[in-house]
Amino acid sequence: MRSTKRETLPIATSADVVLARQKVRQWAIEMKFTLVDQTKLVTAASELARNALDHGKGGHMVVEAVENTARTGLKLTFEDRGPGITDIEAALRDGFTTGGGMGLGLGGSKRLVNDFHIESQPGKGTRITVVRWK
Amino acid sequence: MERIPILRMGQFLLVTIQVDMHDRLAMQLQDDLTQRISEWNSKGVLIDISTLEIVDSFIGRMLANIAAMARVLDAEAVVVGMQPAVAITLVELGMSLEGVRTALNVESGMELLYELRGDFHEEIGG
Ligand SMILES: Nc1ncnc2c1ncn2[C@@H]1O[C@H](COP(=O)(O)OP(=O)(O)O)[C@@H](O)[C@H]1O
Ligand SMILES: [Mg+2]
Repeated sequence: MRSTKRETLPIATSADVVLARQKVRQWAIEMKFTLVDQTKLVTAASELARNALDHGKGGHMVVEAVENTARTGLKLTFEDRGPGITDIEAALRDGFTTGGGMGLGLGGSKRLVNDFHIESQPGKGTRITVVRWK
Repeated sequence: MERIPILRMGQFLLVTIQVDMHDRLAMQLQDDLTQRISEWNSKGVLIDISTLEIVDSFIGRMLANIAAMARVLDAEAVVVGMQPAVAITLVELGMSLEGVRTALNVESGMELLYELRGDFHEEIGG
């Protein structure tokens, strides 16, 4: 996977979550994703940015246009230096929450993208990478 | 402070969401609507989300909360105008919006509200 363009945005306030959504929308439009695919990408970004803010004490999002031999895609990376996720399998389960949320952010955003990858170290932070291919 | 306006139309309230809401604005709307329903003794709330480009689990929960809260205050909430792409995504996200009444547009939402309250009055009338 080769990255052709990339940009980083802070996620420190709930206004940043709105900006992150708008940025992903803008890139998805530029890359000519269908309206449904745009909506899926923006919704996943909203969930993961909010998690980085609410559970991960803030961090940043990296937006990247990527390509492999066959296709192009939009890749999003959410990184924070929060408490990390001890049980990733549990956290991915629909309805699981430690914060009084709906517990749909992780499991739901996984369904909205093609590639989904979590790296997390308790006490150090979390990095979630997603790609939606065209 | 930034707020989403709530319009009063007789016994009903109308809210048109026209901005990409951040989370605190959504919480504020939920609180404001609760206030208004009880203050004005409103019988229904119409929430127009036709300009919303996404509904994530936070906004979904807000809509479900408003519907539940309205019910407790003896009012009905109807969400109208959800875009097809938003609806498709919401299902895949796993939000069912159970207990939230929906209609295609403001007009049919209003009809639904009148119908619901009409039935209610007939019931009391015996
Ligand atoms: N970036 C993160 N840092 C730490 N914990 C996280 C992070 N993202 C998710 N989690 C954990 O995973 C749980 C499930 O997340 P999610 O599915 O988004 O549901 P919700 O945010 O509604 O709780 C959270 O309650 C939290 O415990
Ligand atoms: Mg979440």
